[in-house]
Amino acid sequence: MSVLTSRPRGGRLAPWEERPSPVGQLGKGTLITLIVVAVLGPLYVIVLTSLSSAATVNRVGGLVLVPDGITFEAYRQIFSDTVVSRAVLVSTGVTVVGTLISAGVSILGAYSLSRPGSFLHRPLLFSILLMFVFFPGIIPVYLMVSGLGLKDTYWSLILPTAVSAFNVVVLRSFFMNIPGEILDSARIDGAGEFRILWRIVLPMSKAVTAVVAMFYAVGYWNAWFNAMLYIDDTRKWPLALILRQYVVDSNPLPSATAGVTGDAPPTLAIKMAIVVIAVIPALIIYPFVQRHFTKGVIVGAIKG
Amino acid sequence: MGMLTATRPRKVTAEGTAVTLTWRAKLRRDWPLLVMNLPMLLIVVAFWWVPALGNVIAFQDYNPYTGGITGSPIIGFTNFALLFQDPQFLRAIANTLSITAFQLVFYFPVPIMLALLLNSIISARLRAFVQGVVYMPFFFSWVLVIAIFQQMFGGAGLLAQILRENGHQGVDWMTNSDTFILLITSQTIWKDAGWGAIIFLAALSTIDPNLYEAAAVDGARRWRRMWHITLPGLRPVIVLLLILRLGDALNVGFEQFMLQRSAVGSQASEVFDTFVYWSGMRTGDLGYGAAAGLFKGLVGLLLILAANRVAHALGERGVYSRS
Repeated sequence: MSVLTSRPRGGRLAPWEERPSPVGQLGKGTLITLIVVAVLGPLYVIVLTSLSSAATVNRVGGLVLVPDGITFEAYRQIFSDTVVSRAVLVSTGVTVVGTLISAGVSILGAYSLSRPGSFLHRPLLFSILLMFVFFPGIIPVYLMVSGLGLKDTYWSLILPTAVSAFNVVVLRSFFMNIPGEILDSARIDGAGEFRILWRIVLPMSKAVTAVVAMFYAVGYWNAWFNAMLYIDDTRKWPLALILRQYVVDSNPLPSATAGVTGDAPPTLAIKMAIVVIAVIPALIIYPFVQRHFTKGVIVGAIKG
Repeated sequence: MGMLTATRPRKVTAEGTAVTLTWRAKLRRDWPLLVMNLPMLLIVVAFWWVPALGNVIAFQDYNPYTGGITGSPIIGFTNFALLFQDPQFLRAIANTLSITAFQLVFYFPVPIMLALLLNSIISARLRAFVQGVVYMPFFFSWVLVIAIFQQMFGGAGLLAQILRENGHQGVDWMTNSDTFILLITSQTIWKDAGWGAIIFLAALSTIDPNLYEAAAVDGARRWRRMWHITLPGLRPVIVLLLILRLGDALNVGFEQFMLQRSAVGSQASEVFDTFVYWSGMRTGDLGYGAAAGLFKGLVGLLLILAANRVAHALGERGVYSRS
């Protein structure tokens, strides 16, 4: 992380720097604390409420601020029912398959565009760059998806957003920064393009590949609108739709079976448990990829 | 923003001789690259090129059942003319532009100030921790952010709960159309400001530390160093991002508004993208909705190109640069 500041390593004051005044330091400390609380506070309350019993929630009359016995009852109820468990499976499947497809297609595509002067290089690059400046519009894309018969299939959640021009260009500019001499010497040794990409280019671009894959994964996991548009069959709903329907709008879930999905209004603990389930994947992969943010994509991008 | 650079001049290697090759020789040499490009090309053609051309329905009285795209009657610019008589469309334009303007003042500076604050944290550990925390909400979905805000500021939320416990009246900011612009701006700050600070932190890291030392030796105190070194160092990035934001003025977000439209009503929450969806998909007049979408796409295209011109004129690199 230290890459990103003008400060020396080790977190000391530079010798010429004046000591901060106590008032200034107090003000800064307060501000930083407020910012951290503004982000983590809501998460804390939500996690705690999801772990509280219905009795506790009723007693405090809403969200739980002070722990009073931890119970996994809400989670047990959620996963004993098919609706939410199925949505988690759908979201996981779409995210995994979508990320593999997107990352694969983008890596191949970015590498194929990384050599100016190659056959059809300019028109192919141009077709990607156009995606930055013009969006065809929701309705023509919708007509295309339904025209291909993809409505109510999981492919409708993957294919329309499978290629992000931004990610392709980020990958491409990294591939282009790999010294040409390395690739040329591999070529002289008889390596084909696929082998060069797999054996030389990818191992040298682990950080950027990880970040791009994470961007795709987060995009698939979070996507709500495409599912709302293309998936009518409630059994194929991803978690984002459940979250909207059940948590934001407090509507009972469709195709009620038992437990959570009865006609009874959702209890707060169960709602919050669904929120937690939706947050968890981001929280799990985040620390692994976080260290690449600075070194990987952004700094390279701005320093050009 | 070099990541968006179209092509970058490359060191002359073996490819330097490629210019003299015939296209047949090039094809024989580069066919593996074409094979690699094919999957991406198929997706881009299917979900970008074909839909982009499918915008012809904006000029049709489009009926998917009787005519389809080949059989529906052409009506020229009628749909576009109707758009400008549609009060809801005009409201969508007005809302979009006022949200852009409002957020330019109340959102745009936040990541810059946050970057300065982060940069001023001396302990490396604390800084890494705070950075990790403030970047995080960027990875949450809008559904999630809105669910969280609802739990905090909604009618049954934490704030209302605390107010009621203390004998006050509850509040519900999630359904109040008068304060909607404040609500969405605070949601945007919560979700995106931390991540937005990265680019300014990166710019700060490129400032030569010797400048600070020299200034300090010459007697410049903290605030003068900030004014004369830090801010000028950030200026190119600030100018660039400002121009890009203006070029993107018609995009204020989509899911954020779709998700809250029913709660606050369309008066306050209708923006360009939601209008396209509701006028086209919901009323079933796909040609009309496509016209609104195409209008937005083309105006957006012009704005981006204009913004990029300005960026070039100011000596910045812009979104793309000519190779």
